[in-house]
Amino acid sequence: MSWMWLIPAFPLLGFLILAVLGRRMGAAAVAAVGTGSVGLSMLAAIAAVWLFWVSPPAGGSVTLTLWEWVNAGGFAPSVSLTLDALSAVMILVVTVIGFLIHLYSVRFMAGEEGYSRFFAYMNLFVGSMLLLVLAGNLLLLYLGWEGVGLCSYLLIGFWYTDPENGRSARKAFIVTRVGDVALVIGLFLIATNLGSLDIQEVARKATAAWAPGSAIAVAAAALILGGAVGKSAQLPLHTWLPDAMAGPSPVSALIHAATMVTAGVYLIARTHALFALAPAVMTATAIIGLAGVLVAGFSALAQTNIKRVLAYSTMSQLGYMFLALGVGAWSGAIFHLVTHAFFKSLLFLAAGVVILAMNHEHDIFAMGGLARKTPYTFITFLLGALALTALPPTTAGFASKELILSRVWESGQGGRILWVLGVLGVFVTSVYTFRMLFTVFGGQPRGAAAHGHGAAHGGADSAHGVQGPGKEGLAAGKDGLRAGVTMGIPLAILAALCVVGGFLDLPRTLGGSPFITRFLETALPAGKATAVPLSTDSILQLISEIVSLLGIPVGWLVSRRAVSAVAKTGTSAARSPAVRFFAGGMGFDWLYDRAIVRPFVRLWKLNERDVADRISDGVGGLSMLLSRAFRWTQNGRVRWYAAGVAAGAALVIAAAVLL
Amino acid sequence: MNLVYAASACVAIAATIMVITRRNAVHALLYLVVSLLAVAVIMLLLGAAFVAALEVIIYAGAIMVLFVFVIMLIGPRNDTVSARDWIGPVILGLILLAELLYIIAAGPFAPLAVKEVDPRQVGIALLGPYLIGVEVTAFLLLAGLVGAFHLGRRLAVTLGRKGD
Amino acid sequence: MASVPFEYGLAVAGVLFVLGLTGVLVRRNLLFILLCVEIMLNAAGLAFIVAGARWGQPDGQVMFIFLLSMAAAEVAVGLALILLLYSRRKDLDSDALGMGGATTPGGSPGTARPASPVGAARARPPAVGVPQGGTRR
Repeated sequence: MSWMWLIPAFPLLGFLILAVLGRRMGAAAVAAVGTGSVGLSMLAAIAAVWLFWVSPPAGGSVTLTLWEWVNAGGFAPSVSLTLDALSAVMILVVTVIGFLIHLYSVRFMAGEEGYSRFFAYMNLFVGSMLLLVLAGNLLLLYLGWEGVGLCSYLLIGFWYTDPENGRSARKAFIVTRVGDVALVIGLFLIATNLGSLDIQEVARKATAAWAPGSAIAVAAAALILGGAVGKSAQLPLHTWLPDAMAGPSPVSALIHAATMVTAGVYLIARTHALFALAPAVMTATAIIGLAGVLVAGFSALAQTNIKRVLAYSTMSQLGYMFLALGVGAWSGAIFHLVTHAFFKSLLFLAAGVVILAMNHEHDIFAMGGLARKTPYTFITFLLGALALTALPPTTAGFASKELILSRVWESGQGGRILWVLGVLGVFVTSVYTFRMLFTVFGGQPRGAAAHGHGAAHGGADSAHGVQGPGKEGLAAGKDGLRAGVTMGIPLAILAALCVVGGFLDLPRTLGGSPFITRFLETALPAGKATAVPLSTDSILQLISEIVSLLGIPVGWLVSRRAVSAVAKTGTSAARSPAVRFFAGGMGFDWLYDRAIVRPFVRLWKLNERDVADRISDGVGGLSMLLSRAFRWTQNGRVRWYAAGVAAGAALVIAAAVLL
Repeated sequence: MNLVYAASACVAIAATIMVITRRNAVHALLYLVVSLLAVAVIMLLLGAAFVAALEVIIYAGAIMVLFVFVIMLIGPRNDTVSARDWIGPVILGLILLAELLYIIAAGPFAPLAVKEVDPRQVGIALLGPYLIGVEVTAFLLLAGLVGAFHLGRRLAVTLGRKGD
Repeated sequence: MASVPFEYGLAVAGVLFVLGLTGVLVRRNLLFILLCVEIMLNAAGLAFIVAGARWGQPDGQVMFIFLLSMAAAEVAVGLALILLLYSRRKDLDSDALGMGGATTPGGSPGTARPASPVGAARARPPAVGVPQGGTRR
């Protein structure tokens, strides 16, 4: 598969073309290059995976070494791409979802200034992400890691003229940086200890050299976990994700739902050999994940911005993936990654349509009644929501969540408690999802834009989106169907995937088709066969389904109460302190601000006039001093000058006499 | 002879001190004339009769008269100098004087006899080795003449406007 | 002729020179400054004469003659300038005529006093409508 390098090369080439020539290309050309490059990459990925599946290579992976990168004292990482089952799944997710989102963005970002810049950044992102997942070498993986972090910053702050967006972008970058530092230190540790960063070599050597539970294994795994936590927005480095919603919806869909935030999950799955050597770290992973599920879930309950609900939801679902990784259900985590990519990106894209239709309104309490106004969007959004809450008719979310929960149940001592808490998370997920659904799509139209159109609800499918005052063009008819193929088709495809995606790995209670698990076996160990009887499994799944269903009426109640409260007070700002607490992400931002940011700023202000500053100030001061001194020699008075001459003469004579 | 020499030296110095300390311009001018005359006497005693005469004629005669005319044109001027103004220059002057005297005293004292150098010798020297100096001086005087004429012309126009 | 050592003559010339220099530094009126410059020139000339007499050569006197002509030319032009300056600025105070002495450091030659009432009695104010040159400031 010597052409494997084309997979990341296409988007990177697209980036180069758009970066250099983007300004001079027309919108159509930009869209063609931007979307086409990812499309070509998708085709190459499909071809590669097809070949991989049809004729699996020996050892379960094929490596393509491009060139030797560094050679310093025996440490010689090379730029090599490895295709195995895990990276096969990942490249499919990245390229297919990436392509769909690029297609969507063609129309979504149309008319924006910086159109080519957007696609350039998106292409760079896809290229970096592909490098990340295809990397056979941890150093190359880190290159892709940094690349996606950079693109995340660039794209969150895409509308840079608003300083708030810049702030959010900086916040994202800095918080993930903390994780990145941990990751780098972990890489150093591995490199110095094992002498190599090649992933397969590391796995082999570590298993041979490090004893399970030894300090070095725990340290390395913990540091890698640190990096993953930052990138995947888990506690305690999660505060950046809700603010990252400042970027355009396609960005949120691609980067902060489907791909970049899953890089942490991918990383842990990749280095599972190291994690297997440190059970303490795995337990920590599970606990972090579970905490994330609950913290994010409760925070999502109190959000008023539609994208922030989805952001917290993403964090919550990533928590499930971390939980799965923590209990050793590697393929479960990856499967959930795949299904999550389906329904979360669908939700973000549909939310984008809603936002545009509501003329850039983000507040869910300013929306309402959109079920009748934008039916197409409503249906796709509903399917995404059902997948998220693991309810029929969608199978995707259900299958992956059950895979995780059943593994959790039978994992070690605390497994039952983890399971219970996980089911609690399912309930909370359901509540906030349906709260959002009912508020946005149900009831009567509430928005100012909607009121401007009077009783426009009811009646036929008004394919027009609601047109508020202000920007025409963009707001006109952004309902998926009306806006045309490029926005409607990705929604349709993703919705279809949500419905049938579960068949990739149906739980055995429904027949069982462990396609994914078996596919990933070559890369991720499937673990011992389950010892839980089928009946117990069925009961557990039934319980979680009922819990999820219970969320519907509860969500409806919460939504109705909140809507009427908003109607009474006229504002959707949080009322009670409890709600405010949850709306603020359970106080983490506040805590970080008080505990870290402010002391740091104080320290910085203390050091503002430090030695280096004084030296450079001193230089300035010295020249001012000299200037003042020399100013004396030029005061425009003749006698002063004459005196100068006389004094000079005296000096010279004295010198001549004395010397 | 020593007495005359000493006397005229004292007169010259005293007169110069009066020049620089007078407030009234005309007074200072007249004291300067006195000083110049005393210097002429010294020159005479040194055997340079010709230049002594020149000193009196040109310096005391022409140049000082020019000053008198200018003062006449401008009107009497009074220059106020405070005591504080003197400190710096006096110190500087004393330093310079000390140095000069030191240098003068350092060398061997010359013989006392004075030989008179008469105008004939001066004339031969002027039109012999120093011919080019004479020519250059002629240029200089011409330049001074033209310059003064030009400036005077502008002045005349300036003055003429308001005048008659 | 005199039987005074020549060094005394040089000393006299030196004293006169220093006195002239002091006068230049102290006095503010341009006329006085010019006057003191003349003193200095004269002193230098005397030094030349003394030196010439010491060696018994006419060179000293020759130098004095050159010096004299130069002084004459200089005085002519200088006084013309002074007259012109006075007719324009009505003031002969060198401090006021200079750049105003904004940042005067006090100490040495004199303090910066505002234009002293030197040009008090105007001899002939030619002010209005100076045709040529105007203000070439």
